[in-house]
Formats: sequence, structure tokens, C-alpha cells
Amino acid sequence: MIKIIKPGLYSTIQDKGRVGMQSYGIPCSGTMDSFSSNLANKILNNSGNSAVLEITMVGPVLEFVYETVICITGANLSPLLNNKIIKMNNPIFIKANDILSFGLLKSGLRSYIAVLGGFKSEKVFGSRSMFKNLTKAVKLAKNDVLNFNKDIIFKSSKINLNKTSNIDNKIVVYKGPEYDTLNSSQKDFISSKKFRISNNYNRMAIQLTDLLSNTLEPIITSMVMPGTVQLTPAGNLIILMKDCQTTGGYPRILQVEEKSINSLAQLKKDSELWFSLKI
Amino acid sequence: MIKQIYNLNYHRFNSKSILISWPNLINDDVLFDVLSFKKSIQLTNKALVDVINAYSSLLVIYDKAIDNIYDEIESLKLVYSNKKKDTVESKIVWKIPVCYNDYFGTDLENISKKTNIDKDEIIEFHYKNTYRVCFLGFLPGFLYLSNLNKRLYFPRKVQPDLNIIKGSVGIGGNQTGVYPSNSPGGWNIIGNSPVNFIDKDKLHKISFASPGDSIKFYPIDFKEHNYISKNLDSYIIESEVIND
Repeated sequence: MIKIIKPGLYSTIQDKGRVGMQSYGIPCSGTMDSFSSNLANKILNNSGNSAVLEITMVGPVLEFVYETVICITGANLSPLLNNKIIKMNNPIFIKANDILSFGLLKSGLRSYIAVLGGFKSEKVFGSRSMFKNLTKAVKLAKNDVLNFNKDIIFKSSKINLNKTSNIDNKIVVYKGPEYDTLNSSQKDFISSKKFRISNNYNRMAIQLTDLLSNTLEPIITSMVMPGTVQLTPAGNLIILMKDCQTTGGYPRILQVEEKSINSLAQLKKDSELWFSLKI
Repeated sequence: MIKQIYNLNYHRFNSKSILISWPNLINDDVLFDVLSFKKSIQLTNKALVDVINAYSSLLVIYDKAIDNIYDEIESLKLVYSNKKKDTVESKIVWKIPVCYNDYFGTDLENISKKTNIDKDEIIEFHYKNTYRVCFLGFLPGFLYLSNLNKRLYFPRKVQPDLNIIKGSVGIGGNQTGVYPSNSPGGWNIIGNSPVNFIDKDKLHKISFASPGDSIKFYPIDFKEHNYISKNLDSYIIESEVIND
């Protein structure tokens, strides 16, 4: 068991999300940077869908009631155990009453805390990913408790750690279903422009700062997915992320490749990005 | 009934999915063609994560990256040309109680003023029509319905409301629907239904309605609304099977 002393800015339990439920209007959810969350689970020899804690920019303060093993990956939020700096991307042995806290954000945006055996929080429609109106908790709050199975024995994994991050400002995209309705100057703009991330970004979507003149009609409501780049009537580019709705009515001009979604999850306000079209 | 074969567009959506698009039409012919193709794809027993439909499109999601997109599109085209025309023809009509009044229908007054239609008439136009469930989207359990009376078409709000309460029945442009949970939204609210549109305990039947089914609203008063709200655990949504 873990006591939440401070919840941090935005901390949620996430796993691989609600797969195959989009026909009910249920969002995918799941870890924003699945490369990092997978890595954390692999290092602990957890099963692939074990729930982790996704923390954002400002980390929580957690008190462990039982001993366990954890692993922290993704953004570097200067993790501290009992006020001493600890390594990321490594198994960390925790004793009862240890306090895990975080310092300055040094790189990236979202960090992942995996615990041996995974967190055992409420499961709704096959997933523990927190989501409004589905799970009771939407994010961690002060005095919450998180449970895990304390009887699992740690076996170190032989994972090759030559790559612990894959953040890239080059975002690989497919043509979206409405890409071909753009004119050539709009297409040139998309492929040559360096875009920046606005202050409007969360688990649902990332809005870019630069406007694209929009001449497209709205579409008849159709499917969208994490990674869909929508063009709004005002000319904003919005990249949908893991908690996005399942359908939308704005033209879908690009679709971000799955791996690049992991990079987007780690880019913060004012970060530059550019699109590389995959033919 | 002779059904049309449509000229479909196949588009690689991402590494694991293909989007199939019909002409941009909202009608039963297109919808049932979409749904019968959906069913035929599901019956091919391929390793699929999901097949999702909207009014005039299908998204086929595979469990791993598609090796050869052209081969996969060709095999989908073959499924389309061989599909049975009558695999989907739902005859279920769900009867949904709605309390239409100014208390719940916070925008009834405004719609009435702008359209010059009496509130009572707006309500009657709304429950007289039978609606087709085209697909689910927007929010968990939200049903996209077609066949709204043209006289009730009313534009979405420019500034969405921050909290529309669960069960709100709204009109947005040429569409109508029920908010399955509290949510921000831009539709104009004319009433409230006490029934649950999503059931968290039923993994196999999250929503009572499936695409292709029909919905018929019927008016109830405050007292009935209150009674149903308090007895939801034992409440069973009425349905009827129609034979044409």
C-alpha cells in the first residue's frame, strides 16, 4: 500500500487502456508514452498490461507502507527516495515507510512509476486507466491510497538498457482521410513549417500555436483516434491524444504514427515539432 | 428491396487500421450497407481489435501492423463484393422515457422563440419521430440518432455549456441525442431521460442499443421521472420488435 502525501500536478493510474471499446464511444485512454511505461514494466518483469502511475511535470509525494520494488522511467523529474537522488530506469528497492518525492523537471513531461506486480486500482471495462465518469477517481488526490500485491518476489530482468528514451521532435505522420482536400500551399505549409506546442495540452489533445488557413468544410461525423490531427474552422491544428473522443467532425488532415505519439507525450509548451509525411 | 452497391474509398488510417468511406450521406440505405459490411468483416475471423462504424464510414483496427496495405484492401474489397445483403436488419425499437419541460429543458424557451414553434409542438415533433441509432461516439454510451424532424433543426451553441447534466436530451444542428453522463456540450436541451445509457457492469452489453436499432421517445411527467430515477436498478427499458 502507498499513501498519497501530495498528489502532484496531474497523476493518474494508467495501463494499456480500453482496447476494442471505441464502438461504445469509450476512449482508448492508457499511458501517453507507452514506450516509457512498457520499459518500466519490463525492468520489473511485470506483465505488459500492469498498471503504472503516470505523473506530469510536478511529481507526487508517496509514502510506502510495505516494502516493494519500483522503477521510474520517462521524463526526469529528479526522483528522490528519503530525500536522496535515485536512478531512473533501474529497479529501486523500497522499504516500509520510505518516502518517494520529486524535484525539478529536467527533461520530458511525463514520468512513469511502475511497482512490482502493478497497481491494483478499480478496473472498469477491462482497464484501470482513470477516466471521468468511468472510474470513481479521475486523478490522485491527497490521502488516497494505492494498492499493490506485496507478496510478489522480484526477479531481475535481463533487459538491454541501451535506449531509455525515444523523444524526437520529428513527428512521423500518415496522410489523414481529408489530407487530399487540402490545396498545395496548405500541404507545403504542413510539411515545411516548424510548429510549436501551445499552452493548451492535456491527455485529450495538444493544440499547436501556428494557424493554417482553413478552407475545408466540416466532415460528416466520423472516427478519430489518438494521433489524429484535426483542422478546426479557426485554422488550429489539434493533435488528439489518448483520452480523446472516439468520433469528431473536423477534417482529419494527418494521422500521427503510434511511435511518435510517445514523443508528443513528452513535449511541453513551446516545444518545436515538425511533421514528416510517410508515403 | 434492391440495395445499391456503393463506390467505397479505402484509406490507410495508421499502421494498424484501415478507414472505409461511403458517399457522405446520412440515410438508412448507406447505414445498413455500412453495418452489413461491418458484420461480414467481423465474420472473417481475422485478428481484429475492433470494427467501428459511423454514419458513412467504417474503421477496421487490426491487432498488429498491416504488412501489405494493398493486399489487405483487396481482401476487404472481396468481402464487400461477396457480402450478403440482408445480414443486418434490426427490428428493435427502444422506448425511452423523457421528461420534457422547462425545468430540464433549459433551452426549450429559446428554441421556441427563435423558431416560432410552440413549446408543446417542439416536444410533440420530438417524440413523434422514430430515430435510427447510427453509431455510438462522443461520450461513452452516446447514441448518434438520425431522422430528426427538419422543423427542429437548431444550431449548436457558439459557447458550449460547461455542465450539461446526465440524461439531458438535446438538439444540435440536424441531430438529436441524450447525454449519457455529465459533460460540457453545445447542444440545446429540451428534456431529460432518467434511464442509464451505459452499464459499467456489463462488459458484453455496455449499451442497450446497437447501431441499426431504433429509438422512440415518450413523454413522462416529473413524478415518473423521479420514480424511474430512484428505481433504476430494477428498471428495464421497454422494447418492441417490429415486423414490416
